[in-house]
Amino acid sequence: MKFSFTLNGEAVSVEAPSDMPLLWVLREKLEMTGTKFGCGIAACGACTVHINGAATRTCVMPIAAIEGADVKTIEGVAPTPGEISAVQSAWLEHQVPQCGYCQSGMIMAAEALLDQNPDPSDEDIDSAITNICRCGTYERVRTAIHAAARARREA
Amino acid sequence: MSGETKSSSKVATIARRTFLVSAGVVGGGVALGLALSPNRLKIYRQDVASGDEIILNTWVKLTPDNQLTVIIPHSEMGQGVGTGLAQMLAEEMEVDWETVSIEQAPADDTYINSDLGRGYIVGEGARIPGFVYPMLDFTFLQIAKGLVGQLTGGSTAIRLTGYHGMRRAGAAAREMLMRAAAEEWDVPMNSLRAEASILHHDASNRSANFGSFAAAAAKFTPNLKPALKSPSQYKIVGTPKPRLDLPEKVNGKAQFGMDVIVPGMKYAAIAQAPIFGARAAAVDDPANAAQHIVILENAVVAVADSYWEASNALRQLEITWEGGDPTLTSDALRAQHNAHLEETRHEEIMEKTGKAPEKLQAAETLSVEYAVPYLAHATMEPMNCTASVRDGKCDLWVGHQNPIAARDDAAKALGLEKSDVKIHNTYLGGGFGRRARTDNVVQAARVAAEIGVPVKLIWSREQDMTNDFYRPAVVSRMSGLVENGTISAMSHAYVFADAGMPDSERPFAFQYDVSNQRIARHPFPSPIPVGSWRSVDFTQMGFFNESFIDELAHRAGADPLGFRLAHKSDPRHRAVLERLSDEANWGRPKMPGASQGIAIIDSFETIVGQVAEITVEDDNRVRLHRLTSVVDCGQVINPNAAEAQIHSSVIFALSAVFFGEITLENGEVVQQNFPDYDMIRLRNAPIQDVHFINSGHPPGGLGEPGTPPVAPALTNAIFAAVGTRIRELPLTRAGFRSV
Repeated sequence: MKFSFTLNGEAVSVEAPSDMPLLWVLREKLEMTGTKFGCGIAACGACTVHINGAATRTCVMPIAAIEGADVKTIEGVAPTPGEISAVQSAWLEHQVPQCGYCQSGMIMAAEALLDQNPDPSDEDIDSAITNICRCGTYERVRTAIHAAARARREA
Repeated sequence: MSGETKSSSKVATIARRTFLVSAGVVGGGVALGLALSPNRLKIYRQDVASGDEIILNTWVKLTPDNQLTVIIPHSEMGQGVGTGLAQMLAEEMEVDWETVSIEQAPADDTYINSDLGRGYIVGEGARIPGFVYPMLDFTFLQIAKGLVGQLTGGSTAIRLTGYHGMRRAGAAAREMLMRAAAEEWDVPMNSLRAEASILHHDASNRSANFGSFAAAAAKFTPNLKPALKSPSQYKIVGTPKPRLDLPEKVNGKAQFGMDVIVPGMKYAAIAQAPIFGARAAAVDDPANAAQHIVILENAVVAVADSYWEASNALRQLEITWEGGDPTLTSDALRAQHNAHLEETRHEEIMEKTGKAPEKLQAAETLSVEYAVPYLAHATMEPMNCTASVRDGKCDLWVGHQNPIAARDDAAKALGLEKSDVKIHNTYLGGGFGRRARTDNVVQAARVAAEIGVPVKLIWSREQDMTNDFYRPAVVSRMSGLVENGTISAMSHAYVFADAGMPDSERPFAFQYDVSNQRIARHPFPSPIPVGSWRSVDFTQMGFFNESFIDELAHRAGADPLGFRLAHKSDPRHRAVLERLSDEANWGRPKMPGASQGIAIIDSFETIVGQVAEITVEDDNRVRLHRLTSVVDCGQVINPNAAEAQIHSSVIFALSAVFFGEITLENGEVVQQNFPDYDMIRLRNAPIQDVHFINSGHPPGGLGEPGTPPVAPALTNAIFAAVGTRIRELPLTRAGFRSV
């Protein structure tokens, strides 16, 4: 079947089985591999993208449910091509990633949190970001989210 | 990463041309590894240079416009290895850090790292620490095949490759450039000064950048024993240079094995035998959903146009498995371990000093039993590999901790020459020891060979968790006697499944001054596959030893930190404990009402002491407020990356302490995915204080040593808080949970 939606600001349409999760449509049909496969049951958050602005785990989200939606992935998070977002910038400033595999999902979750809550407390961050990072970057994730929140407020 | 690795879509066909400038050294790994002191720096492949790059020695490329590339013979799995090694090389070469980039070494015998220590150290007759030998000469961690390896493991990159290899490569390159400048300007070499990629001749007020001498310098033979700087002169080493691999890890561009796309490739999903040792006896495909079905003895693979379709097709197959032991359970295994410890016939004595057995006859002897479970690695990136086999050549794309072993095993499985197999090593989405194994690589190669088109094999998380090479479960029995406030004797007997740790690293050692000791292991092969798991045997042994010293301190009525100090004479260990006492506010928790526990373990040439500060809340919920680490890893190469490695090791260990347990029922692994093999997340990650002691020693390992003390520091804190001694992990076994 054919499905159409907006991906990082551009209209796309793709031929896929209707039950195929958005994760695999992105990675294999559209060859956008920044969004990662981690668990397949929405437990780890590596596959997080924004659907209509909300952080969503896409490994269990069938493409049929995305028809007409606005999807943003790590590839589209920069404000303009060639630049990086305040969150990405804070991620570099605080040297957050280690292996890096979970970080697309972590960054997308952080972006969504700051879109909703421009000044989150530690508790807000801890309850909003439930992504797993096996390298244990959590402390720097928390620091970088606070730094990004400041940068966004001052921008 | 090299452009070649990144542009996955092209099947590279690079001619193999190994240039051996020195006479008498033959190409091919074994000869290379055996040759006692070839000039390692003269060996390279011309095809690692592209464009106008000029190779100065094995690890150094320089362009006429002064851009430096460091070739990195280790895999990037989160530790920032390329940046650290480049810092060590750049320091000695006196280059401008802004000109430095890094590139993954080819998975080729020319770029093995297993001879780095020996090529240099033996060549100059310097002392080699005992622990190095197994890594260089034998199959360290049972994965470096023969003498040829490109292993990232054992916390060796900085302390061996960097310390013995990269520093010399940088200094030798600088000497070559200076020699070229001296000839060009007709001045003595020692009148030249190198600084920030520029050579200066102050007397004549001349200067020119390194790049302008690159071509002339390349004609010289690199000096294997160049003069090296003293740490007091360091400008790049010891500074928190931003990691060179991170920009592409925040925008989705970093390429992991999972991300490789080869034109025309298919996708494969795999079902491996649910019971270890079983084989696929029959496969039926009533739905006819798979494009190809490939049977690999102990696994069945379904191939389709997408991973989703391949997974669905796989699920619809009717597979008949035969063999294996369906009666195997964790409880039965525990009973076997206990019975095995009763027998002394097969025991191997690891340490025997004084008269421990006689002393331990005393009625006051404390005897306890500890047990730790199997653990999975659960890397964030599930196992995968992409393979193309065409015209007798095999290309493999995978993030691997030992790409040369992967190449060799794939060649063997396909009946090809090693030279017909090319590994494209990508970033690793976590390794922790798991990605040193080659099972996924061989599977992908065989499937691609059978179906005749390129294929990406992806393991589901469930396949990944139930088909690991697990951290071995161990049962341990310890006895000790305290007389007049001092440990007069101790003994330790434990089950030994052999995860590949060299004995020379002495993970079993009781790291305290006790004159009567008996340590014996009871070899008992694991019925399920085992392997190295971040810090290998130190995780189990560290938990036993550091729990037991705490129990003895309690028995002696002594302060746990003071009791440890009283039994340690090693000045570096003592310095870590004393600093830890200050930094952690030992005895005066930073959180009012909290309790503290301590542990200290020396592993991989690095000493880590930790204090956990906890409270135990309703329903036995343990809240870890703060974990303080004091680390003596000798010279710190990059303080920022070093701190990250401790953060990482601590979280890795905490997930295991709180939740980690692989159990067996009916011969099958019970745990399938993260809900039943849970992980620490932001909400239960502690605040971490990390402090490094500048002890002036050469660098120790850092990827692993932060892991072992975490479990005993935490369980010792639980004892301090509520008086419950945790002797089995994870904490859930004693009814404790995370907040």
